[in-house]
Formats: sequence, structure tokens, C-alpha cells
Amino acid sequence: MMTTRVLEGLGRFYIGLLLTFLYLPIIIMALMSLNVSPFYQLPFEWTTEWYASLWQNDQLIAATWNSLEIAVITTIICVVLGSAASLALYRYDFRGKKFLQALLFPPIAIPWLITGTAMLIFFFGVGIGRGLFAILLGHVALALPYVIVVVSARLQTFAPELEEAARSLGANQWQVTARVTLPWIMPGVIAGGLFAFAVSFDQFVVSYFLATPGQTTLPVEIYAAIRKGFTPEINAVSTIIIVVSMALMLLTARFFKFGGEK
Amino acid sequence: MAGVQVSNVSRSFGAHKALDDVSIDFADGGFYALLGPSGSGKTTLLRQIAGFDFPDTGRIAIGGESVEHVPVEKRRIGMVFQNYALFPNMSIAHNIAFGLSVRGEAKATIATEVQRALDLVQLGKLGERRPHQLSGGQRQRVALARAIVTKPRVLLLDEPLGALDKALRVDMQIELKRIQREIGITTIFVTHDQEEALTMSDRIGILRDGRLVQEGPPEEIYDRPKSEFAATFLGDANIFRGDATGNGIRLPDGTAIAAGVGDRLAAGTKASCAVRPERIRIATDAGASSGNANTLKGQVSKRIFAGNNSTYFVERAGQTLKVIVQNTGIDRLAEGQDVMLSWSPESTVLIAAS
Repeated sequence: MMTTRVLEGLGRFYIGLLLTFLYLPIIIMALMSLNVSPFYQLPFEWTTEWYASLWQNDQLIAATWNSLEIAVITTIICVVLGSAASLALYRYDFRGKKFLQALLFPPIAIPWLITGTAMLIFFFGVGIGRGLFAILLGHVALALPYVIVVVSARLQTFAPELEEAARSLGANQWQVTARVTLPWIMPGVIAGGLFAFAVSFDQFVVSYFLATPGQTTLPVEIYAAIRKGFTPEINAVSTIIIVVSMALMLLTARFFKFGGEK
Repeated sequence: MAGVQVSNVSRSFGAHKALDDVSIDFADGGFYALLGPSGSGKTTLLRQIAGFDFPDTGRIAIGGESVEHVPVEKRRIGMVFQNYALFPNMSIAHNIAFGLSVRGEAKATIATEVQRALDLVQLGKLGERRPHQLSGGQRQRVALARAIVTKPRVLLLDEPLGALDKALRVDMQIELKRIQREIGITTIFVTHDQEEALTMSDRIGILRDGRLVQEGPPEEIYDRPKSEFAATFLGDANIFRGDATGNGIRLPDGTAIAAGVGDRLAAGTKASCAVRPERIRIATDAGASSGNANTLKGQVSKRIFAGNNSTYFVERAGQTLKVIVQNTGIDRLAEGQDVMLSWSPESTVLIAAS
């Protein structure tokens, strides 16, 4: 009994250490976004000055809107195309299906640096060039496999008799999908959508290759700003992004049940 | 309502012949069991009738209308699945309403019909529950209500009671039969449980390796099996093999067995006789066999007491025979005892060797 308690204590300590390692830099950054000193000097003096000046930084604001727009459009496109692809892979047997399914995974493993270079060269070759549209295309290509993987995983738990039962009751393919299959895979669709949003919103490497000075996303803009000289506004905008991202990931965890069945 | 005609239906999956030239006529309003071991093609046949799969050759008609190429959603059938297949994201009432709703029925009509269906299966107050809140037997009833609320032409059941425990299964057998009589729907029911087939159905079709072995009322198949397989698959049977003599068979050791039922076979051809264990009289003295033409000597090797009856295993010329005796409180025989078995020709079915 004693050993159990000691082990439990050790386990809790270990988890605590891990979380500190993960969150300490972030917490410091968030605190410094509220500190008067732009050079991380203590003592801590409360201010919202940096958030106010962030609001005046048109470039940063414009880049934030670009990022949000691209992330939202990427999410919508990926959810629709990805769910449809997952359903097709689930329902139909066709020649080369296994091969096509296997091909979905490498893009996740290929370094973004390489994908980004390849896209830059390709987009120039076909005349798309750089800019927000190129970034959007790139993000869709990056995020799509995640959606298909997540939705397909959810479909693996779907009982095919449910579709058969619906059909035996007179439902056509569309009614079966809308009223039986989609409600079942919805947690996977939502989780896949959040993944797609995160992949797009956090994307730096590919965006960096495809951005132009006027048409850029927030991570690229932050990188450019840091190169010119660090300002606490970066802390402020980063804190906002961290809060939004964490909220999204917590939602994902809730819908996708990372901790197993509720 | 309508009858179902299956004519010369064949279906292969690769090299495997799942159905081989099967023809059965399911009359309007009847209760049919398709019985067979796993892999016999009974579920394949049910899925052909449902329209989940189509025959390679042959014809399927529902109510006289050819449907072999009509997909399931247009066949107007009702189906109950082995694992119930209730929609987990819908309430019980919405599960039952599904078929009416996809047909675009008015809300008021749906509400009335759903309540009527719930009452029919005696689940009147459970409409708001979710499937996972119900017991196995209740889910079974919901699946049945959902299948019949659309007034289908045929009701198809795929091992519907397989997932229930024994006591509940007997209750559901009675319940299912009552509902079927009440609405008078043609019902086709797949099972591997011979007792279920015997007690529930008007007619039974026995399938083996994709072929229809025998089809008819339960009594007829039980009393006059046309093959050793039918005799042993539906109920228990003692099989004797020998040469046909004109009115029975002669065993290799010379013993003659007279058969009063079954095929007329030319003398000298290979044939079998099937005798049900409960038709054989077992006694210690020869005198008790009076009036029975068929007698054999043997020795009790084992006795299994099952309360209302006992099963005796009797050894005789290298063969173990099974005899079932009602428990009358007397005539209990011990293991190792020499006995005389006797039975009438009317209890003996002559079967051509297959």
C-alpha cells in the first residue's frame, strides 16, 4: 500500500514537471505581454499598453485577418473534401484503393520545408505564383490528409448494418448519409476540422515560401517583425494566439475523446 | 402483403457458390424458417430477397412483381438485423419513425403510426429513450416495430433472437409469432437453431452448401426427411445404412429393418433408414417388443438424465444408437445392462443413399 502511494506521488510529480516544461515559457511570455518593460525587466508592472499598440499595428492586424480567413476557408474545404473522400474509401472497393490510401500518409511525414519549396516551384511553373491564393491552396493540401485520417478512424467504429437498416426502411443514399452516417462521424468531422484549422493557422514554413510582402499571414508577419527588432506587441499577439489555439485543442480533445470514451 | 417467389437463383462470390439454383415459394402470410449450418447460404438468400445483393441468375418476385434488380430501398420490405442495428443517435420513437419520415409522411401520421407500433410491441412508454438505455429484448422489439411500421410487403429476420438469452428467446418467439399473426405479414426468418425453426414456422427450408435440401411443414420434414442431412440436422436421428430390400433395408450383418415411410427404392440399391430416438422402445425382456416389427439387441453404455426424460446410448454391432425415454418413474435402466430395442416400420424412414 505504501509503495502504491509513493508511486502515485512520483507520478504526479513527474506530470507536474512535464507540464511546467511545456507551459513555463508560454506563461512567461503571456506575463511579459502585460509588463511595462519591453526588455523583460522586473519588477513586473501591469500594463495593457502592448495590446493597445498592437491594435494600432495595421500590418499585424491585416496579417491576422489573412490568417483567420485562410484558416477558415481551408477548414471548410478540407472538411467537405476530406469527409467525402473518407466516405468513398469506406463504402466502395475499387482498384488501387489500398495504394491510394497509403499515399495519404507520406505528405504528413514529408518536412514542410520540402513541401513548401516544391509548392513554390510548382505554383510558379503553372502560373499561380505567390500570394494569399497560393497560400490557401498550400494549406488545403497540407491539412487534407489529417481530415481524411481522423474521419476514417471514426468511420472504422461505424456499424455498416446501420446503413443497411436505413436502406431497408426506404432511405436513398443521400438520406442514409445525412441522417445516419454523418451524425455518427460528426465528432470525427469536427475534430478533423479543428486539425485543419490548426495546421493552417499555425503554418509558417509553407506560408513563408508562398507569401509576398503585401499578402502574408500572421506567423510570417511575426517572423518578419522579430527580424526587424523585437517588440512586446509580439508577446501580445502571441498570447492571443496561444489562448485561441488552446481553446481549439481543448475543443478537439472533447469531441475526439482523446482520453477514451466519456 | 405479398408472397415471395424465388426461382432458380444462383449467386457466386469468386469461386464459392453461395447459392446454387435455389427455388422456394413463400406463400402470402406464411411464417418461413430458412434453416442451415453456417455457410449454407441462408443469409445470402435472405439478402437476395431483401435486395442488398443481386442474383447472378434466376428470378425473385414479391407479390408477383419481378424485383431481382430492384435495390433494397425500393422493395418495400422490413428487415430485422441480428444485432438490431438501431440508430444510436436517435430516440426510440425517431428510430421507429425513420422509415415513415424518409417517405415524407405527415408529422401527425408519423406520430400516430409510431405510437401504434410501440403499443403493438408493448413498449408504449419508452419512445423518448435512447437505444443504449434499453435491454436486449426491448431493443429487439424496437427493431421489429421499426421494420413493420412502414407496412412492408415482407418481413425478413436475420437470426433475430441469436443475441438473447434462452428464457428471453422463448418469450420473444411467442411474441414474434403473435405479432406476425396479428398483422398477417409474410415472414422469412433465418436461423441455425432447429428448435426455433420447428416451434415458430409454418414451413421450413433446409439449406446446405448453397442448395435447398428439403422444404415443407415442420412435421413433414421431421417425420419424413428426404436425406440423412435433413434427418440429422432437424432433430436427432439414428441412421442405419444397408441395401434396399423392397420394404426396408438389410444391414451388412444380415439384420432386416422394415420401413413404412419414405422413398420406394429398387431392391439392391444403397439406402439408409432414419429412426427418431423417441420412437424406439427400450426394454430388458424380448416380450416387450410385441407388435413392433423391428428389434435389435444392444447394451446400454451411457445414460443421461435430463429430468423429464432420459437419453440412453445403446451399443450394437459397432454402432451407438440413441434412445430417448420419457420419465415415467419406472423402467430405469442401468449402464452396462443388456436391452432389447424395438420400433415400428411406421417410425422408420427409408432414404436413398446420397
